[in-house]
Amino acid sequence: MSAGGIKPARPFQQAARVTLANPQMRRNLRHATTTIREKRLRAVAELPDWEALRDEGAALKDHVMAHLADALLDLEAAVQARGGRVHWARDAAEARGIVADIAAAHGAREVIKVKSISTDEIELNAALAERGIHAIETDLAELIVQLAEDRPSHILVPAIHRNRAEIRDLFRRKLGAELLTDEPKQLAEAARLYLREKFLTTRVAVSGANFAVAESGTVCVVESEGNGRMCVTMPGVLVSVMGIEKVLPTWQDMAVFLRLLPRSSTAERMNPYTSFWSGVTPGDGPQEFHLVLLDNGRTDVLADEVGRQTLRCIRCSACLNVCPVYERVGGHAYGSVYPGPIGAILTPQLLHLEDRNANTLPWASSLCGACYDACPVKINIPEVLLYLRGKITEEKPLSAEAIAFKTAAWVMSEPHRFEGAIKLARSGQGPLVKNGAIHALPGMLGGWTEARDLPAFPPQTFREWWRGRPAPQPRETDGQAQTSEGELLAPQRGDRGPA
Amino acid sequence: MSGEARLEILTRINRIGAREQEPLERRPVRPSTRPRAQIVEQFAEYAAEYRANVRRLAAAEVPGALRDLLLARGSERVAVPQDLPAGWLPGGFAVTRDEPGVTDLTAVQTVVTGAALAVAETGTVVLDHGPGQGRRALTLVPDHHVCVLREDQVVDNVPEAVARLRGSVLSGRPLTWISGPSATSDIELSRVEGVHGPRVLDILLVREG
Ligand code: SF4
Repeated sequence: MSAGGIKPARPFQQAARVTLANPQMRRNLRHATTTIREKRLRAVAELPDWEALRDEGAALKDHVMAHLADALLDLEAAVQARGGRVHWARDAAEARGIVADIAAAHGAREVIKVKSISTDEIELNAALAERGIHAIETDLAELIVQLAEDRPSHILVPAIHRNRAEIRDLFRRKLGAELLTDEPKQLAEAARLYLREKFLTTRVAVSGANFAVAESGTVCVVESEGNGRMCVTMPGVLVSVMGIEKVLPTWQDMAVFLRLLPRSSTAERMNPYTSFWSGVTPGDGPQEFHLVLLDNGRTDVLADEVGRQTLRCIRCSACLNVCPVYERVGGHAYGSVYPGPIGAILTPQLLHLEDRNANTLPWASSLCGACYDACPVKINIPEVLLYLRGKITEEKPLSAEAIAFKTAAWVMSEPHRFEGAIKLARSGQGPLVKNGAIHALPGMLGGWTEARDLPAFPPQTFREWWRGRPAPQPRETDGQAQTSEGELLAPQRGDRGPA
Repeated sequence: MSGEARLEILTRINRIGAREQEPLERRPVRPSTRPRAQIVEQFAEYAAEYRANVRRLAAAEVPGALRDLLLARGSERVAVPQDLPAGWLPGGFAVTRDEPGVTDLTAVQTVVTGAALAVAETGTVVLDHGPGQGRRALTLVPDHHVCVLREDQVVDNVPEAVARLRGSVLSGRPLTWISGPSATSDIELSRVEGVHGPRVLDILLVREG
């Protein structure tokens, strides 16, 4: 069973130390993020009005947030008018209970699932297991993660940290698949055979939702493999769990997001399959449909004027693919189903800034701004990161480390000042450097180095270097474990760092 | 059961009173000014890039082209929606007119349908499961999907497609947007086609006039 949830078991800095010691994960991730990053630029360049489209997406999402109650009530009425049932869940436990009750009412021993981060957020699979119901993940990557009793490492390609040989062994062991080679084609075929029977015989399916249209009660699932189509079409009962922020007011609004999402996420003009359905269609697909509207901290995020923009997120994962910190530490370090830059702002907010481990996540960033540039709905992630850092250090008891965090928040609150401060530090760092690392900083910044060594400031600032750097080469130069978490905040010393 | 939760969530939202500064202005959907030929050409090109097999032909050539496709794949069991235009089908094949609850879709090798429209900008075919398209499972379970499309069904871009589909959606119809055959890149980012949906998508694009 893949572990889920949004509560990190450890502070980010500790978790990152573990994942940094996994060279395969780093190699695979670098390959994935580099590939998708380059493809995305091409896909985006094809649409002449990309910037206008981003503005439109952001404005639409802000509009929904300003009228969220109306939109949700319209959605509810439209789904009900089409024969669907709507449930409201204040928190994860309530949502899990709703889904489990529906499955149990149908006597289900198994349910099939299509990849959905919101069901991972509420740790649905474990809750179903407690009631004797086995949840079968049908997305190939999710199936791999589930069979390996692992956690997803990326929103879009959750099993990217696994190699084909490992997957072959896993399928042999867990599915009894007869596999002659580890060709991806054969592996996919093994999954097809195993799942086909499940699609045709399982009575209850659970999905997430990428979008839902208030005026028509239409739910949308975007996917590639056809497992989504199978889940929303073949079983008699369908339960879809969606965060309340996924609602859009009108059908035409879908046009904006059907252009923004595939290009930002898989870097395609369009993903292979997108399914839309409104309630129940007589004679076609599930004849019982439930929509679960999930709050689980979202109304708190909505209440915060700066944090609110986080709810625009359409889970495309573009911010992960451009993030230098993510590329190094991988998804597991974030300890939540929401990794990368979006996870660094969403996870702590969903937990009301009350979770000590999640509260370290806003520091999992170099503030280079690449995530903001890539985000199709223009979430100013660096702004929210800084804001959260400020709130966390203000509201929580201040350790020496937290005081340094606070200083860092002030220093970094504005790019020029940040770059100026770094330059100052660079010019004055001489006496403090031993073996290429800074061991103690004078004055206000001292608290930071109590807990970690900083690498020496590179001759260029991170921002200068990241902006101007060439596309990473496939060669692997840093397979060794890195132990200084300061590494995360600056490019590698030595090889491909600033020259 | 969830009446209390509903009230509480709505109350939380309303307490916030987040109101927007400026009213939203949606960009109107303007009809495309590109020449038709260019739009159709782009659709054919982009659909092919997604590994759909696109063949452009005259209406009279549809039965012959279908025959070739069925023979080439050795398809003996063909299913079609109840209301598929009879003139499309070649003679000499056992064709099942789909009946939900009766047709065993797992035994069907090829399914032939029409479409609601297609999108040039993305190479996408859209089914609204209206006339000539059948229920959703029909184009999902069989391995081979042949989609017959008229050139005048191809629209330029996504906003136009969405606008045209408004009536279908408001009348409660489901939609399936299809861009090439089923595919995954989950294993080391290598693309594999035909995971759960049809492994092969053939598009017969019928010339206007
Ligand atoms: S924050 Fe923006 S870039 Fe990141 S996943 Fe969400 S929508 Fe995509």
